[in-house]
Amino acid sequence: MQETETEPPTPPTAGPLGKATGGARPMRSPRASLIAGGLIAALLCAAAVCAPLIAPHDPVRQELSAGLEAPAPTHPLGRDKLGRDQLSRILYGARVSLAVGVITVFISLTIGLAVGLTAGYYGGAIDFWFMRVVDVLMAFPGILLAIAMSAALRPGLGTVVVALSVIGWTGYARLARGEVLGLRNREHVEAARALGSGDVRILARHILPLLAGPLAVQATFGLAGAIVAEASLSFLGLGVQPPTPSWGAMLNDGRAFLLIAPHLTLYPGLAVVIAVLGLNLLGDGLRDLLDVRST
Amino acid sequence: MVTYTLRRLALTVPTVLGVVVVVWLLIHLMPGDPVEVMLGETAARADRDTLRAQLGLNRPLAEQFSTYITGLASGDLGTSIHSRRPVAAVVAERLPATIMLTLAALAVAIAIALPAGIISAVRRGGATDRIALTASLAGVAIPNFWLGPMLIILFSLRLGWLPVAGSGTPAHLVLPALTLGIGAAGILTRMTRAAVLETLGEDYIRTARAKGLGELRVIPRHALRNALSPILTLLGLQVGSLLAGSVITETIFAWPGIGRLIVDGIYTRDYPVVQGCVLVIAIGTVLVNLATDLTYAWVNPRVRYGDAGN
Repeated sequence: MQETETEPPTPPTAGPLGKATGGARPMRSPRASLIAGGLIAALLCAAAVCAPLIAPHDPVRQELSAGLEAPAPTHPLGRDKLGRDQLSRILYGARVSLAVGVITVFISLTIGLAVGLTAGYYGGAIDFWFMRVVDVLMAFPGILLAIAMSAALRPGLGTVVVALSVIGWTGYARLARGEVLGLRNREHVEAARALGSGDVRILARHILPLLAGPLAVQATFGLAGAIVAEASLSFLGLGVQPPTPSWGAMLNDGRAFLLIAPHLTLYPGLAVVIAVLGLNLLGDGLRDLLDVRST
Repeated sequence: MVTYTLRRLALTVPTVLGVVVVVWLLIHLMPGDPVEVMLGETAARADRDTLRAQLGLNRPLAEQFSTYITGLASGDLGTSIHSRRPVAAVVAERLPATIMLTLAALAVAIAIALPAGIISAVRRGGATDRIALTASLAGVAIPNFWLGPMLIILFSLRLGWLPVAGSGTPAHLVLPALTLGIGAAGILTRMTRAAVLETLGEDYIRTARAKGLGELRVIPRHALRNALSPILTLLGLQVGSLLAGSVITETIFAWPGIGRLIVDGIYTRDYPVVQGCVLVIAIGTVLVNLATDLTYAWVNPRVRYGDAGN
């Protein structure tokens, strides 16, 4: 969207990596969203970290004679076409999703914060040109640019992170810039300036801490967006490559067996839905708790 | 309004140029050799050199960019490596299917979200509100690459009501449109609810009610009309997301649009096609956003006056 000085009321948080999230504040209490979302996020982290300990089988061990086996006590979520255990692959898939999400958010946040702080604080030509770059990158819908980039590079974990970070930073830059514009002439900032503090010190000590809330909320939604984006790229064969388990790739593999083995599609997809739902709830709860306006 | 329109157009031109530059940079400044990516590491040197010359990658960067811009100005998006046809012609063939799918998905989103958002706002805090909010949250969280196969399992494989994939009849459009539209409906429901709630608290609504008007007149004629501006803006923004979402949805349902063309282009390493499609979708998104801004300013004078004042 072209930058308008008079923005429409309560626009949604349209993450550049995926579907828009947030928007209207729901009627749930912040505490309920926080608890539910935090619990799901904690389970996601636990699954990712403890996958080698809790996975019942080796996620890449094949047993072709048992391919497409339906859920059974020894393999509660069934087996894929190569006879690999679905549950173990989903648990290991959480590692990939979370790793891509966290690294992408970290890189995007770092770049976006640097650009947004600089543009908002210094204003003028720096602000104008930085924001034009942001406008151009935000003109690319959803993960389209990431798909094109992934196609131009070799598929893999690193490529996914680079592709998602290249578009992911713009949302943080715009958020940080907007916040700094409102903060740079506050009294405490003026006072610090009058006392001889340099720009870097003012930004780091007097402005950055005030951005923590909005950025934390944005990062939570960004993490959900990155998980969906990684799964989308893997679904198209542009993400993490076999035999590494990835929720998106598992879904794509299962598409050919919708009639005879729907569990291959059902469970990896549910994992994505639960992870995204949890992170969105957490973001909602954080936003309401910290009283962060929609951005 | 004329001044506002000119200002918006002036902002759009550099954005479109920027989009063109970014798409060009995609192939020219990426680390690694795009020719090697297209042909594979084991390709013969002669084949690589031929493709490099065909794509013009052996010429100086400035010359390549100049050729690219000149070609674009005359509608030349390059030539498909796979089919040897002009990319512009291939895109033009596929574009109507994507536009049809996007419009159908928007219709699905509106048909679900407007009633759900309004009822949710009017019955704020009640059971209906909670159900609508939970459903909208789920709609946002469910990715289309999962929803599509689930709808196929239910409506095509189990019930046998709709075709699994393909195109040609209105029935073929139903599942892709639902897959693409339900996510947008989730976001739109939340926005509609918020916008209607905001207007329900206004003085003129109280006045209308005090005059004895029933809810059936107050809600559509007073509340919804004034809540439409932000909803309209969100609808415009959703077009870009739907176009991006069409890449996966068209792949799942073998829908013959631009999205599937991109994926086919990726699998066959037909980079000019991928580049051309990405460019068309991005520029289309910029133009839809421009139209949204202008429509928003048209229905909401505060925007254009506020903008003129700045």
